[in-house]
Amino acid sequence: MEFWKDPINTIFASLLKSFTSGGMSEVLATILIWLIGILLFVTFAMVLDIFLVWIERKVVARFQDRLGPNRIGPFGIFQPFADIVKLLIKEDITPVGADVILFNLAPIFSMMSVLLLWAIMPFAPLMVGVDLNVGMLYLVAAGSIGTLSVIMAGWASNNKYATMGAFRTVAQMISYEIPMVAAILVITVLAGSMGAVGIVEAQEIPFIFYAPLTFIIFLISAIAELGRSPFDLNEAESEIVAGFHTEYTGMKFGLFYAGELLHSFTFGGFIALLFFGGHRFFGLEELGPIVGALIFIGKALFFYWVIMWVKYTVPRIRIDHMLAFNWKFLTPLAFILLMVTALVGRLFLESNWLVPALFLSNILIAWLTVEYLKSHARKEREKEEALKPSAQMTQH
Amino acid sequence: MQNPWIYIGLFVLVGMFIPIAAIAIAAFLGPKKPNAIKQSTYECGIETVGDSWIQFKAQYYIFALVFLVFDVETVFLFPWAVALNKLPLFAVFEGIIFILILLAGLVYAWKKGMLEWA
Amino acid sequence: MQITQILFLIFAAIILGSAFKVVTTKKMIHAAFWLIVTLFGVAALYAMLNAGFMAMVQIVVYVGAITILFIFAIMLTRKELLDSAAPLNKNWTVAALFALLSFSGLFTLLNNWRGFANTAPELSADMDTITELGTALVTPNAYLLPFEVASVLLLAALIGAVYVANEAKSE
Repeated sequence: MEFWKDPINTIFASLLKSFTSGGMSEVLATILIWLIGILLFVTFAMVLDIFLVWIERKVVARFQDRLGPNRIGPFGIFQPFADIVKLLIKEDITPVGADVILFNLAPIFSMMSVLLLWAIMPFAPLMVGVDLNVGMLYLVAAGSIGTLSVIMAGWASNNKYATMGAFRTVAQMISYEIPMVAAILVITVLAGSMGAVGIVEAQEIPFIFYAPLTFIIFLISAIAELGRSPFDLNEAESEIVAGFHTEYTGMKFGLFYAGELLHSFTFGGFIALLFFGGHRFFGLEELGPIVGALIFIGKALFFYWVIMWVKYTVPRIRIDHMLAFNWKFLTPLAFILLMVTALVGRLFLESNWLVPALFLSNILIAWLTVEYLKSHARKEREKEEALKPSAQMTQH
Repeated sequence: MQNPWIYIGLFVLVGMFIPIAAIAIAAFLGPKKPNAIKQSTYECGIETVGDSWIQFKAQYYIFALVFLVFDVETVFLFPWAVALNKLPLFAVFEGIIFILILLAGLVYAWKKGMLEWA
Repeated sequence: MQITQILFLIFAAIILGSAFKVVTTKKMIHAAFWLIVTLFGVAALYAMLNAGFMAMVQIVVYVGAITILFIFAIMLTRKELLDSAAPLNKNWTVAALFALLSFSGLFTLLNNWRGFANTAPELSADMDTITELGTALVTPNAYLLPFEVASVLLLAALIGAVYVANEAKSE
């Protein structure tokens, strides 16, 4: 019974007792048990990654009205294992003139930046790696390590196209970090804490009702941060080959690819955490942390599916449109939302009208934005009309 | 353990170890037959033309600079956001002034045409 | 030797070693990457002091923005990516003498500083440091004025950069 209420701490305590009774000092035993726990956790993440490959291929197949892999194992479930074996036995080609150390470090950093995020994801309040009180800033920092790995990969390949792709990818990733951090700031204002567990605890009513427009901004910025469609100009295969990972073969490419999928899943988890209450589900999570963890994984998979849905539906966006969209639309909108949410949230802090007030203010801002865009489009259209030859003839 | 960052340090070590193990296994298992054509850089299937350098657009630098200013701004805003609901009302206005000053900077950069990808 | 002392020595060695490589490496882009190692080392030192917020700010701002800016600047101003220059020029003996003099001066000053004997005040374990920081930033008695002046400073940096870039464009 103790175990079901608090699995991680009970296992930890029993292991600690058995290790220290063998004569090891407590500090060393704690570090050793932590190391074993982290190894198991990261192995779980990698195994989940393998199944994400299968999910991705099946889902894209259904979106494109075909079946997807169904030969290897029932429903093709062993397909990713075959893929891994194939990637492992491929030859490791390092292009001539490439910087060997940086060339090899780039996929390692890319994968590491995703795995680091798993340290603060709370599957349940008692099943979290470590509850840092600066959790959300840690999320941004892990994103910057990912950006760094892209520059390393692009530069170390000694290939014009890889370098070009790397610069464009980095320009896109850093531009979309700003609306993402502004959206996280809105959530921090509402929750009063930066730590992941604190944000989940503050969500008696999920934050999606407090800040729907912020959810949309975070979703768009997260998809752009991940480098997935419709923002995947940088691995646009027919345009600049494969962008910054052109020269990578075998398992190194596998690490980039699997890292991107795991990153998408992790961001699905963060969307569930920030906006949809994390492990909560109408009181079902009271049954115990393991049920809470399953609910969290279910929600993360649902948002991963939403991200895939966007990917396989919308066409690619050109890079100048993408950057203009970010700096001229998303960033001002995100900061205006932050100001309004801070003000309204503070004014209505203890009253029952907090949620309707915030929701209505979001609707108001959305309506004003649409009106502004319509008037802007009308002005652009009138400018186009004035330049057309028929208009010029009637002006004589 | 008082310091939660020890856990993060261990996580960094394990996080670096797993990809290194994957690459090491692949290097062990894969064939090693280097030849000149395989190791040349890829340029759509033809021989490379010119050195491996490209004319770098100044626009990248401008975007990185604007990003830096906004990044530092959001870092300042994080403690304000955490403490907001425990402070008197005028703290909200101070933060709003902070954000407005920087939005004015963004509008200035926009009007001067610095945010074009031309 | 305690475990914290050993860890500190390891991180200090990493920081000093990579800082040395920043200055002496032949290729400019390698200098940028060694700088990244130095900054990670400093962030690790902050984390050892349990100043989590500062460690994260170090990585987000320095590694995530400033080094990317450095790398873009290097790409912009070098004709070839594989640029390399001689690490020493002909005046290196005079420069080494000045460096040694300033180092010994700083060392003597710090040796006589009595502040090293103070220990940092103990914070209670459940104090929320970030809320304290946020409160301090907006209280008029504390750091409100520097907070607002910081935003004006950032605005000045942005306007200055825009102006210089405009001049460069219109040439």
